[in-house]
Amino acid sequence: MHHVVLERWSRGTSALHRRDPRAKLTALVVFLVVVATAQHMLPQLTAALFLLLAATLLYARLPLWGALARTALVLPFSLVFLLVCWMAGDPARGLALVAKSYLSALAVLIVVSTTPLHALLRGMEMAGIPRFLLMVVQFLYRYLFVISEEAQHMTNAAAARGATFRGAVARGARFHAAAGALAVLFVRSYGRAAGIHSAMLARGFLGRFQPLHEDHFGWSDALFLSLASLAPVLVRIAVERV
Amino acid sequence: MHIPDGFLSTPVWATLDVAAAPAAALLVRRAQRDFDESKIPLLGVMGAFVFAAQMINFPVGIGTTGHLVGGALLAYTLGPAPASVVMCAILAIQALVFQDGGVLALGANVLNMAVFGVLAGYLPFYLWGGGKWRRSAIFVGGVFSVLTSAILALAELLLSGVKMPAMVLGISLALFLVSALLEGAITLTVVQALEAIQPNVIQRRTGGLPLLTGAVGAVAVLLGGVGVVFASTAPDGIWKLAAQTGIASRATTLLSTPLSNYHAAFLQGGWLPRASAGIAGIALVYVVCLVMARMAARRRSA
Amino acid sequence: MRPLIEVRNLRFCYEDGTPALNGVDFRLYPGESVALLGPNGSGKTTFVLHLNGLLQGKGEIEVCGMEMNRQSMPEIRRRIGLVFQDSENQLFMPTVIEDVAFGPLNRGMPAEQARERAHTALATVGMTAASGKAPYHLSAGEKKRVAIAGILATEPDILVLDEPTTFLDPPGQRALAELLQHLPQAKILVTHNIAFAHALCNRAVFFRSGTIQGEGSVEDVVSRFGWNFSLERSKSQP
Repeated sequence: MHHVVLERWSRGTSALHRRDPRAKLTALVVFLVVVATAQHMLPQLTAALFLLLAATLLYARLPLWGALARTALVLPFSLVFLLVCWMAGDPARGLALVAKSYLSALAVLIVVSTTPLHALLRGMEMAGIPRFLLMVVQFLYRYLFVISEEAQHMTNAAAARGATFRGAVARGARFHAAAGALAVLFVRSYGRAAGIHSAMLARGFLGRFQPLHEDHFGWSDALFLSLASLAPVLVRIAVERV
Repeated sequence: MHIPDGFLSTPVWATLDVAAAPAAALLVRRAQRDFDESKIPLLGVMGAFVFAAQMINFPVGIGTTGHLVGGALLAYTLGPAPASVVMCAILAIQALVFQDGGVLALGANVLNMAVFGVLAGYLPFYLWGGGKWRRSAIFVGGVFSVLTSAILALAELLLSGVKMPAMVLGISLALFLVSALLEGAITLTVVQALEAIQPNVIQRRTGGLPLLTGAVGAVAVLLGGVGVVFASTAPDGIWKLAAQTGIASRATTLLSTPLSNYHAAFLQGGWLPRASAGIAGIALVYVVCLVMARMAARRRSA
Repeated sequence: MRPLIEVRNLRFCYEDGTPALNGVDFRLYPGESVALLGPNGSGKTTFVLHLNGLLQGKGEIEVCGMEMNRQSMPEIRRRIGLVFQDSENQLFMPTVIEDVAFGPLNRGMPAEQARERAHTALATVGMTAASGKAPYHLSAGEKKRVAIAGILATEPDILVLDEPTTFLDPPGQRALAELLQHLPQAKILVTHNIAFAHALCNRAVFFRSGTIQGEGSVEDVVSRFGWNFSLERSKSQP
């Protein structure tokens, strides 16, 4: 599964993996803004920024082709719009959408596959995003695996019972069966949340999650931040001036 | 529909980020009032449930299937503000881990799906969820939640200058309607199945509001949604109207100092001022959010 | 000798009025390991959830000389480490080390010290190498070990384990039994696994319909209540 692979990548040990999550997040936002606001010389700029990201992938010792292929998840949506723009007589805009969305998604993927999600969330907390929301994200991600597995078991069980009848009546029955399965999954998830809550109380939870890690924003992080933020900006200046 | 980065024009995504941040912060605070930190696992696990629910397919016909989107169902079970927070968390995971929806476009997606989608889904339930119209309210809530999100996303794309031939626009509106009706049907059937096995998880709404009040509210939501689409397909027309009524000039003077420079930089300047305007915009978003959060926190502790 | 746990006439009904415990009397002495046997729904798990106040019925509960009440609850919860049946619910933090440090951090321990405690606990259960991993990626046996480490990190006097062998294969069960044999704490074991109870416990009590029906050595209780599994192999099979 996609998120399992990204999580494995995020446990690497390259220099990029070791940088402070805040530095990576800030550099990411700068890159995204450079891409989002670009309007001229798009083919050349796309190529140059693409090379920059590819170099970053190699620097982080991530599998180049694997990362490029995973980023293609954004393409179906973008390609539909390419078609729409082309029909509206504006193919250039369509190509720009494809290029910009791909570059942006690749940049996000690089940050996520060099930073474990909990470290990323910690970085966001220090940037002022409400902790409550980030904790919800953290628990969501933690139990995503578990609940998805339960859902998979349920669909397998439904398939094993031969839920492949055709025709309108059978479709109605299958619709209700799927709703029943969702209701059961809902109740189980609810029950699991209650179990987690009990375990938290039993282990002495007093109403607030205490952090174990303290991030230190060091000189190498500052250096990385300035280089990584300058690079896309300089690339754009160079491309648009030449 | 999750909008990726690169699809929205800078004024659109920047404005929506500015708008989404305080909205989300407000909803988080409301959710925190009902659920202290010890209930965070419930919200997280229900988010994981909505994610996993996408694996369970509902037959639609002609060989296609659909799945639950979940905003309305979450609102009926957790309440609107916690449901919004859960949807925000889902969108964040989708943007970061699944490359589904952009990061700069997160403000747009949060407003479309987690804020307006959930609230529009909850409105009919809030109005009629306690009376004899309960079933219809649940169904209509599901329809509204998806329709509102989709129409808003479409409007934002149109505002950003993505041109769509009339035919494509028609087809996508029709598709939105179909998926909205499907969401209504799924939400209603799941709620009924839930009431059979564990009735206490659905929120109780005692007594409904008068039919008329509710109808007016619902029509307002629909008109709002449709109005946005028309406004964005014909921004010139709206601008002309605004100019005629004198709103435009007043608005311009009102927003003159920082925004006119911002606007001018975008239209005339080279890319460098435009980019710095973008970065300044982000910094502005950041500062505004931080100040609002601080103020909220101070008011809370006072 | 003063008992670590003393329970007198404990009664409990669920919200819908179903009685779950009908007057339970129980004592646990230092150094003891007691198996709670009995049919599903006989009240074993309901009983252990009372021991650290997760459920509150009528009756008296004393833990390490403290009467169970709102003031003593945090300290009682530190003294009694409860290992739940489903480790997935117990390991809710994103990484193993954060999870094991959860207990110490919640008791106000500084992060550095909590981290040290967590490392010691992980070493005790032989899971040092997993400290940076996400709990989801561990095997069932490893999850159980980490869950126990999370409990040990708060230095409890009593370990309560609810069906610890549920998701474990036989080698995993053996490894868990060996680990538990080496832990000095008094133990309460809720289990259907007679071999496991036999290996670890010097006493057993038998629950039925919310009361304790009898107690004695594990063999004694098993034979008295017919609480084992053996079946003649069918003759018709080759």
